[in-house]
Amino acid sequence: MSRLSAQELVEQALAASTADGCVAYVVESTEANLRWASNSLTTNGAMRSRQVVVVSFVDGGAGMATGTVARTGTPDVAELVAASEQAARDAGPAEDAVPLVSEAPAGAGDWDADPAETSIEVFTEFAPALGEAFGAARSRGDLLFGYAEHSLTTTYVGTSTGLRLRHDQPTGRVELNGKSTDFSRSVWAGVGTRDFRDVSVPDLAADVERKLGWAQRRVDLPAGRYETVLPPSAVSDLMLYAYWTMEARDADEGRNVFARAGGGNRIGDRLAQLPLTLRSDPHAPGLEAAPFQVVSASSGSASVFDNGMATPAVDWIRDGVLTNLVRPRAWALKTTAPAVAAVDNLVLEAPEATASLDDMVGATDRGLLLTTLWYIREVDPQTLLLTGLTRDGVFLVEGGEVTGAVNNFRWNESPVDLLGRISEAGRTERTLPREWNDWFTRAAMPPVRVPDFNMSSVSPAS
Amino acid sequence: MQPRDVDESFLALPLSALAEAALTRAVDLGCEHADLRVERIRTQSLNLRDARLESLADGEDLGLAVRVVHEGTWGFAAGVVLTAAEAVRLAEQAVAVAQVSAALVTDRVELAPEPPHEGAWVSSYDVDPFEVPDADKTALLTEWSERLLAADGVEHVTSGCMHVKEQKFYADTSGTRTRQQRVRIAPEFTALTVDRATGAFESMRTIAPPVGRGWEYLTDGRYDWAAELAEIPGLLREKTKAPSVEPGRHDLVVDPSNLWLTIHESVGHATELDRALGYEAAYAGTSFATPDGLGSLRYGSELMHVTGDRTAEHGLSTIGWDDEGVEAQRWDIVRDGVLVGYQVDRNTARMGGMDRSNGCAFADSPRHVPVQRMANVSLQPADDGPDLDGLIGGVERGIYVVGDKSWSIDMQRYNFQFTGQRFYRIEGGRLAGQLRDVAYQATTTDFWGSMRAVGGPSTYRLGGAFNCGKAQPGQVAPVSHGCPAALFEGVTILNTVQEGGR
Ligand SMILES: [Zn+2]
Repeated sequence: MSRLSAQELVEQALAASTADGCVAYVVESTEANLRWASNSLTTNGAMRSRQVVVVSFVDGGAGMATGTVARTGTPDVAELVAASEQAARDAGPAEDAVPLVSEAPAGAGDWDADPAETSIEVFTEFAPALGEAFGAARSRGDLLFGYAEHSLTTTYVGTSTGLRLRHDQPTGRVELNGKSTDFSRSVWAGVGTRDFRDVSVPDLAADVERKLGWAQRRVDLPAGRYETVLPPSAVSDLMLYAYWTMEARDADEGRNVFARAGGGNRIGDRLAQLPLTLRSDPHAPGLEAAPFQVVSASSGSASVFDNGMATPAVDWIRDGVLTNLVRPRAWALKTTAPAVAAVDNLVLEAPEATASLDDMVGATDRGLLLTTLWYIREVDPQTLLLTGLTRDGVFLVEGGEVTGAVNNFRWNESPVDLLGRISEAGRTERTLPREWNDWFTRAAMPPVRVPDFNMSSVSPAS
Repeated sequence: MQPRDVDESFLALPLSALAEAALTRAVDLGCEHADLRVERIRTQSLNLRDARLESLADGEDLGLAVRVVHEGTWGFAAGVVLTAAEAVRLAEQAVAVAQVSAALVTDRVELAPEPPHEGAWVSSYDVDPFEVPDADKTALLTEWSERLLAADGVEHVTSGCMHVKEQKFYADTSGTRTRQQRVRIAPEFTALTVDRATGAFESMRTIAPPVGRGWEYLTDGRYDWAAELAEIPGLLREKTKAPSVEPGRHDLVVDPSNLWLTIHESVGHATELDRALGYEAAYAGTSFATPDGLGSLRYGSELMHVTGDRTAEHGLSTIGWDDEGVEAQRWDIVRDGVLVGYQVDRNTARMGGMDRSNGCAFADSPRHVPVQRMANVSLQPADDGPDLDGLIGGVERGIYVVGDKSWSIDMQRYNFQFTGQRFYRIEGGRLAGQLRDVAYQATTTDFWGSMRAVGGPSTYRLGGAFNCGKAQPGQVAPVSHGCPAALFEGVTILNTVQEGGR
């Protein structure tokens, strides 16, 4: 098939540009997925796509203005560039205008190489193993539901300041949900992966089978505050919400939970009693993410002017103290603070913690063990109070042992408030956020203990 | 002004050639069913921060997809190159995917029959937002934002507008050939106030819903934007000074600007048959409203009449034919408080023993396989029901809820919690000032069972959203919900500050 390569499209767009600055990037994507329900495959797909994005920067006299136009496939580049320049001319001066990035970040990638690809063959070993798990579940009288997805995106970024950057991003996830045939018992296991080589269907199936066993005995408990052990997945979904709220500008303007009463932000405040560190690192092993920024539209937390900017490792919370907030270069200049970019992974760690989730359950006299959280939404931005449900396994722990499965709960909690109440954190491990894995799969979190988690009401759902 | 046919620039694509190439190849490979979709989706987002344009992003997604049923198994493949050769390749790939899957499949796919359709359908709008110069759009949003920002007590304004234009060509092996075009718009303005000394902040957003209309939504006067923007600063000032709510059980009059979302979550999703049958069990969830309750499950009080439709003018889920070639319809979901219907696609219609799909298949992009998505699910007003004053007048002590904000519901659609843009105390049948920190929490059937009065046609409004999520890989769908204001007795009210442990 003769068509323009991604690199050629980027070069053509930059050559066609008559603006004062231009960023052009192409995202080549391939994706394969399998979905199953009741021990049978339901839907599947193989997708290929290409997105071409042009951001033009035009100085209309009063300051630099920008416009972004994106198309799929192999569009007419001249038309695309003209459209984005027109959008920029129509826009009026941008508040986040700063000179475009010209310094190449470390890890700029192999510009000339073809895009990386995936295909349905990524499941060659996974699919038969899944079939075996279906058979085993069928013979036990259990049902398996779930989803497996692998995608590969290669991004080629070119700028009129001479940058040529490339990043390959593999992303994979598996969710396995086990249920009794009457749906009254339901449990979950999930993992994130780069290539499916480290995914063990037998391990996931064993986890599901163990939890379904725990659920044989059912215990009804009322709403209230409970000592609760949250596994890494549940911790990740809460910490991600806090991470996504870490915008310096909102904080400086007094409009998020990281704002300081009286003005300014809460950098320097102790948020956690334990010496916890929340950080992102594009080179975190197994969680590798782009080491530079790719931004199609400006917001309070990212700027099109920062395209190509290096995104080095950053501690958001260090030893329990808020250390950094996300800050584009323009806002950094305005507030004489460092520019800090978000990275597409998140790690929470307690130094020298060694306890596993099982160890923490073993050390629990009476409490709840959760599996995942679901339908998380913001109730009050002032405190970052979130609401949501427990899902697929709330277990009662007595004398260090799981003694049964408890009804689900609606909870109301703020992750920022929770940080201050975590009384124990275990060993950090790679985990899959249950709620947010459509958007975010690269997380490593410890299990944590909270002495008084707020279960607001009972949910009859299973 | 409304166009009678799909834009010429879309019809100029080699639609028929792609259809013949893909469908012929699929039939040659032994498929019992095959369909081809070609879609072009234009999107544009304008975002303003404090009355300055923060971003203007314009996107277009153009591609094609082939879906087959091969020996009882689904196969799907999608691409972006619009050539007959690529259409053939996608048909072959879809069959290959079906063959790989076959070993893991136990349920045979069968589709409820649908007569062939041929034609064009265009949604009801006057001004294509993509024909309006960006500068004009930005200027209007800037001016309205400045108006808000200039008001007493307003410290920040966040505003924006999203436009979508969706064009689809669908062809299948039963002979259906349809072309469609629809346009939708979602404008939003939020005013925020900050008390520097205490660090407290509070916001108020417009309650104007996203709708299936064009740019005229902002300019033709049918929605009174001027009045809404004018009252927001005062409402916000009042909210910051309002007393915190006393938690407990309260009678609620719920405005349609809030109730639409409660309908969406507790009725719309709960009556999707694929969910009720367990096909979304690992992700979006299941439903308490299982098929054994069809015709007998008491969903709510006898006043409750809920319909599903894909026909309401300006509805976000309104279409001519769905993404399986099924004609748009309207049907009952809850009648006299009893569950009487589901939303289905052609496969789930068969599973549910129905003769025909009610046309709820939708794919959000050419890359995605169609799944059952929500119709416009609407609560019908009472023909002789009261107006809003009449509803409030019937409440001795209670709370009136306006505008949606936070929402969450469990995976079986029982337990929900909602907040709103503003809450008013009702005393002696009159509004007596705003309340703060309010959330309402209930179980679906208890809540609808407590509905004591349904407003008349004068209170009926269409609400909706662009971003309803379902399926893996994740898909978003636009949907509208019409409803009157209604009265609910003894609903649990939480104080969100106390919930936060403060
Ligand atoms: Zn929804």
